[in-house]
Formats: sequence, C-alpha cells, structure tokens
Amino acid sequence: MPIRRISQILVVLFISLFSSIASAQTLRIGLAEDPDVLDPTLARTFVGRIVFASLCDKLFDIDEHLNIIGQLATSWQWAPDNKSLTIKLRKGVLFQDGEKFDAAAVKFNIERHKTMPGSNRRGELAPVTSVDVMDPYTVRINLSEPFAPLLAALADRAGMMVSPKAALKEGDKFGNHPVCSGPFKFSERVAQDRIVLDRFPDYWNKAAIHFDKIIFMPIPDAAVRLANLRAGQLDLIERVAASDLPTIASDARFKIARTTEIGYQGITINVGKSAQAKSNPLGRDPRVREAFELSLDRQGIVQVAMDGEAQVGNQWVSPNNPFYAKNVPIPQRNVEKAKALLKAAGDEHPMFTLLTPTTSDAQKIAQVVQAMAKDAGFDVKILAAEFATSLNMADTGQFDAYVLAWSGRADPDGNLYSFDVCKQPLNYAGYCNPEVDALINESRATRDPTQRQKVFNAVAQHVLSDRPIIYLFHRHWLWAYSSKLSGFRTFPDGLIRVQGMSLH
Amino acid sequence: MQRELLRRLASIIPTLFCVSILIFGLQQLLPGDPAVMLAGEDRDPSVIAYLHQKLHLDQPVAVRYLYWIAGVAHGDLGESVRTQEPVLQLILQKLPVTIELAFLAMAIAIAIGIPAGVLAALSKDGPWDLFANALALWGLSTPNFWLGIMMILLFSVHLGWLPASGYVSPLEDLRANLAAMIMPAFVLGNAIAAVLMRHTRSAMLQVLNADYVRTARAKGLPPWTVIVHHALRNALTPVITLGALEFGTLLSGSVLTEQVFSIPGFGKLVVDAVFNRDYAVIQGVVLFTASAYVLLNLLADIAYLLLNPRLRS
Repeated sequence: MPIRRISQILVVLFISLFSSIASAQTLRIGLAEDPDVLDPTLARTFVGRIVFASLCDKLFDIDEHLNIIGQLATSWQWAPDNKSLTIKLRKGVLFQDGEKFDAAAVKFNIERHKTMPGSNRRGELAPVTSVDVMDPYTVRINLSEPFAPLLAALADRAGMMVSPKAALKEGDKFGNHPVCSGPFKFSERVAQDRIVLDRFPDYWNKAAIHFDKIIFMPIPDAAVRLANLRAGQLDLIERVAASDLPTIASDARFKIARTTEIGYQGITINVGKSAQAKSNPLGRDPRVREAFELSLDRQGIVQVAMDGEAQVGNQWVSPNNPFYAKNVPIPQRNVEKAKALLKAAGDEHPMFTLLTPTTSDAQKIAQVVQAMAKDAGFDVKILAAEFATSLNMADTGQFDAYVLAWSGRADPDGNLYSFDVCKQPLNYAGYCNPEVDALINESRATRDPTQRQKVFNAVAQHVLSDRPIIYLFHRHWLWAYSSKLSGFRTFPDGLIRVQGMSLH
Repeated sequence: MQRELLRRLASIIPTLFCVSILIFGLQQLLPGDPAVMLAGEDRDPSVIAYLHQKLHLDQPVAVRYLYWIAGVAHGDLGESVRTQEPVLQLILQKLPVTIELAFLAMAIAIAIGIPAGVLAALSKDGPWDLFANALALWGLSTPNFWLGIMMILLFSVHLGWLPASGYVSPLEDLRANLAAMIMPAFVLGNAIAAVLMRHTRSAMLQVLNADYVRTARAKGLPPWTVIVHHALRNALTPVITLGALEFGTLLSGSVLTEQVFSIPGFGKLVVDAVFNRDYAVIQGVVLFTASAYVLLNLLADIAYLLLNPRLRS
C-alpha cells in the first residue's frame, strides 16, 4: 500500500513537473534597434513602444483598424463643450509592485507627464490643464480648448500608467526599474543585448496571457535577425527586409505578417526654412515643385526601393485611413506636363541637392527619384549623410530637399500638426500658411468625424498644392514568426501586442 | 630602478590628461546638436532646452570639459542620456564580454597562425607554403561581416550546431557561452591568424639561416628540437610584439563582428553611442580603453625592466 501510494504521488509530481515545464513558455522577439530609456514619460523611440506594449498598460489602446478602445478605461464621456473628458477606470487593476491602480494614480501620471523635466509627453498633453479625481475610479481631464487628438495621445505613451510609489521612489532613474500595470513586469536589461520581462501573475487580463517570459533581443542587422529566427533562437522578428520575404515564404516553419504603417515616407522641400529656400529651385517656385512631383512614379519607387512592400500615397495618412482626403487623389506620373511646367517657370533644367540619411531604404529612394526626375529635366545631386548629421542639416535649413520618414501616430494630427503648422519643431520645410494653420487648429477642436473629415479635405487642398512635403508611400510593417506561434495580430502602429498569442 | 618606476608611474597622469582633452575635443567635431538627436522623433523644443541644460551644452566647451573631468576625478563617468544607465556600469557590463572575445580570438589566431607560419617556412615554396599562403590570403581578404553571416548560415541555420548570435555569461552556462563565442572568435581570429602566419613565416626563414641554428643542427639535435627550441623561440619575438598590438585592438572592441553576432561588447556600445550622440558613453568608453592601453604599456615597461638587467642601470 505505501509503495503504491508513493508511486501515485511520484506520478502526480512527475506530471505536474512536466506540465509546469511544458507551460513555461518564453517568447523571444528580435528587435531592429535597442530601445531607449524605459520610462513612458521620457521615452523617445519607436522601438521602445514595442517593449512598453508588454510592460505598461494604457488608458486607451487602438484596435487593428485604428479605432480607439478602452484598456484601463472602461468608458469615457466628453463634456458638451468638448473641454473635459470624464473617464471611468477599470477596477481591480494592480501595478506590478502590488499598488492599486485608481483615479489618484491617473492624476499622478498625467501630472508627471506634464511636469517632469525632460518629459517627451508634455507636447502631446499641452491642452490638458488639470485632472480631477471624481471618485476612486473616475477622473476628469480638463482642457484649455477642445482637443480631438487627446484620446489617440492617451492610447500611446501619454496614456501609460506607472506605479506612483515606484516613480516617487526612483525619481528620474525610474526607467532603470520600470513598474507599470501591464501583463509583464521588468526583470533585467543588458544594454544592446536583451530586455527580459517576467509574467505579472496579478495582471487584470491574465487569461489572455500565455507566456511566462518575454525576451527582447536587439539585433540591428535584418539578415542576422532572420538567421536567428531560422536557427530557432527567436520566435518573432520585426521589420523583416522585403528582399528576404521569398526565402521566408518558401519555408513552412515560418509565417509572414504585414500591415500598412500609420506613418509615411516623403521628400521634405525647403520652402522657407532658411535663406537657401530662395536659391533652391524647388523652394522658390511652386510650379517647379509640381513638376518634380509629376516626374515621379510612386509605384515605380515602391517597386524598386521597397521591393513592392509599401502602399503608394500622397498624403500624411494612407489611402485606406478613414481621414484620407479623397478630394486630392494620387497624381499620376506625367513627364510632358512636368516639362511644360518647368518651361513656364523659366528653368527647364533645375538643379538641386537631395539630402538623404545613409539608411539603405532612403538611399534607394533617392537614387530612383534622381533617375525619374531626370526624365523631366531635373538635375538631382544626392547627398547622403549619417542620420544625426542629416537631421542637423534639415534643422538648420542647409538642404534643398530631404528624404525623411515618419513613424506616424494613430490620429492624423500627429502626422500633420508638427510638420505643417508655422514654426513647429518638425516643420523642416519652413512652411507657413496662416490658412492651413487655422484649418489644422480647427481639426484639433472638431470631434465629429464627418466634420473633421471636411476640415482635413480643406487642409489637403492647400498643403498638397503648396507641397512642403511630397508624400510618396506608406511602408508595410513586416513581421516573420515561427509557425508554432499562434494568435499574432497586426496593428498599424507596428507594435506587438502579446494578448492572445501562444506557442505550441 | 625604483626611481625609474616612479618616473613611469608619474608620466601616466599627464598622458591621461592629454588623452582626455583629445577625446573631448574630437567629439566636439561630430556634426549635429546632440540634444536634437537625443530628443527623439518628436524633438519637443522644451525637451531640447532641458537636454541642453542637463548636458551643459549651453556652456562653453572648456566649462563642459571641466564638468566632465571633475566627475571622472571622482570616479563618476556620467550616465547614458539614452538609457539612463551609469556609464561605468555599462563599461563593467561589456568589459568581460570584450575580454573573453579578445582572448578566444587570440587563442584561435595563435593556434592557426604560428604553426602555419612554421610549416610554411619549413617547406619554403613547397606545397605547405603555398597552402599556408593561400590560407593567409583568404584570412586577410575575407571581410568579417561576410564570413560571420556565412558561418551563421552554415552552422546555425543549416546545421543547427551553434546559436546564431547572442551572449550567455560563462558563469551562467559555460557550454552555452563557448557555443555563442566560438564563431565570432573564429571570425576575428581568422584575420589575425593570417597576419601572425605571414610574420612567423618570414621570421622563421631568417632564423633558420642563422649560424646558431646551423650549429644546433650540426650538434645532431633532433630536427623538432632545433625548430621549436632554437629557431621558433627567437623568431617569436617580433610575432609577440605584433600579437600584443592586435590584442590591444581587440580589446577596444570589434564593431562589425559584434554587430553580426549581437555580442554586447565595447565596439557595439561605442558605435551606438556615436550614432545617438550619447557623449557621456563615448567619452567614458574611450577614456577607459585609453587608460587600459596606457596601463598595459606601463606593465610592459615594468616587465622589460625586470627581465632585462641592462635597462635597470
């Protein structure tokens, strides 16, 4: 009897041990860059947002179709004057240090975003004047003026909630030991090597989490990232090189996922950033800019420079975005018309320099653009400079035209305001049109989507004929992952949301 | 001798002082405002202004230098603006990785380069010489990143014998550590082996014709005793000097190899810091490496003093 009993216990122990091993799943993700500081208030990079998606929950999130959905918010209500937003919060949510998430925590976080020295969220929350705690699970965010992009901002880093206790304790070193309320808690970070997150057992939505650990490994070279996937050392890689897709597609062990980004790739033209705008043939005459755009075949650029992995476009949002201005469709290449415009402008062979960062995509785009524009009579000189240098040149107006990409924001405002409103920090073109400024400000104050669409249509008419930026295309986010991984969903912001994903 | 040692020790301080000025000065030549780069995608003007103040970029270069050097004198190398980690911590994280990689690469280089050089010299113009020369030519002319990717494709993707990249601490798992380091160490060692082989070969050729080798042979010593104990020992002096130089270079990090194999060493740290204009990291790592060079040189000087009685007088 005792022997039988012992053997039964041993069998049970063995099964439970085996099942715990079997369920101890680790998801290994290959990132294209090493993220910056892991503090949502100070963070600046796109790649950091991929890690945050597993680490820090937000008030709101976006779904696969860019709709705003609640995450830590369960419902929300705008005031009739659109100058305050009341949010009901999810109950029973804990931070990873065991602290309770409540209205006071939301107030703390938004105030931290607004007041912390060096905060990158201050601009996104500029119209927020104060936060009122209505009851333990209700907050009201008060605004100085109506601000439609607020929800989208709160669906990004500005809406990420960190533990007030940990934030107060760590101060500006919080990023070294971040504590949030997401499905995984911070375990360790070795710069340029790995970021390890462990499952947070008290996560409010733990039923959707099927991993015990996530390891993010920054591997900048796309070929090496892929080699790691193929060697079985990674389960999922982001930003796959388009040229590698046929290799991956031919291997049944892997799957490919793609979606169009919310950002864009374009050519910024110096129309008023510096005195150089006057000597720049593109900068001084809108007809030359129009001729330049007409000389370009966007589909051709996408085929050659991106191996076809992008969607052509002519605006700050892609043609399938609900706020795309259909009244200004993508212009077709027309070399004859371009030549006629140049003749009318009195400069049949305008010469300008196209500044480009040294990334391979940007350089390929510059080369294709150079060849296409030549057909219309343009003499384009390419100047490739390391990214920081090129940015400095753009910032000081030492350029004629600049190949520049933007990772994009969920609300069109994030792709438009800072680039096209007078004297905004990302307005490298030096574009300044009071009518456009008024319209963009109107779009910020308008919450009704139909009304907002009308305003964007009007903005498009102005901006796309003034051409401070010639929008070319919207890249595809490309992921490759092991066939053993299921539940992977693509989101247009390019982030990886692990909820619902599992390995078999 | 003590006096001489003290003199050498005292010379470290002005040397490092000059090095620190050079590092700081050269870095100022990097184009672009570091605050703009560090402010990230949004380039919020208030963030840029804050970074200017935090990094003392609103002060003259000389004042900035004093801020930095005063910190260094107190053992504070600053912190990475990008990740907020202390620079010293980053250095101490990467140092064991870089040292291990350098040692392994050197061991592989010596294991291949010196025997190949000796064999080549012994069969001058013969098949072994031809083979070793071809090997050296291959080693010298194969770019590290290409060889790295080819090795990953062969040993990791197709054969599945070795991990494609990444690093495991030897304290955690020695086997996994060696499995992860063998390919990068071979890639680095391969190029150095070629250099060592060429130098061993020419040094051996000279020595083999020397009188004392002929005398040793005439005395009837076994051929391998003559080659190893008499010829190679003397031929190795220039090879060791060269090897030491190569080792020094390895210690300052090997950018491409680290990049291909995702080895978190010095090279990757510095290159990322340069691209991100993370000045504190660049300054800290370069100063650390330079100090290591100076100290190693000093140790070599002391070794010479101890080994060579003629220098002591």
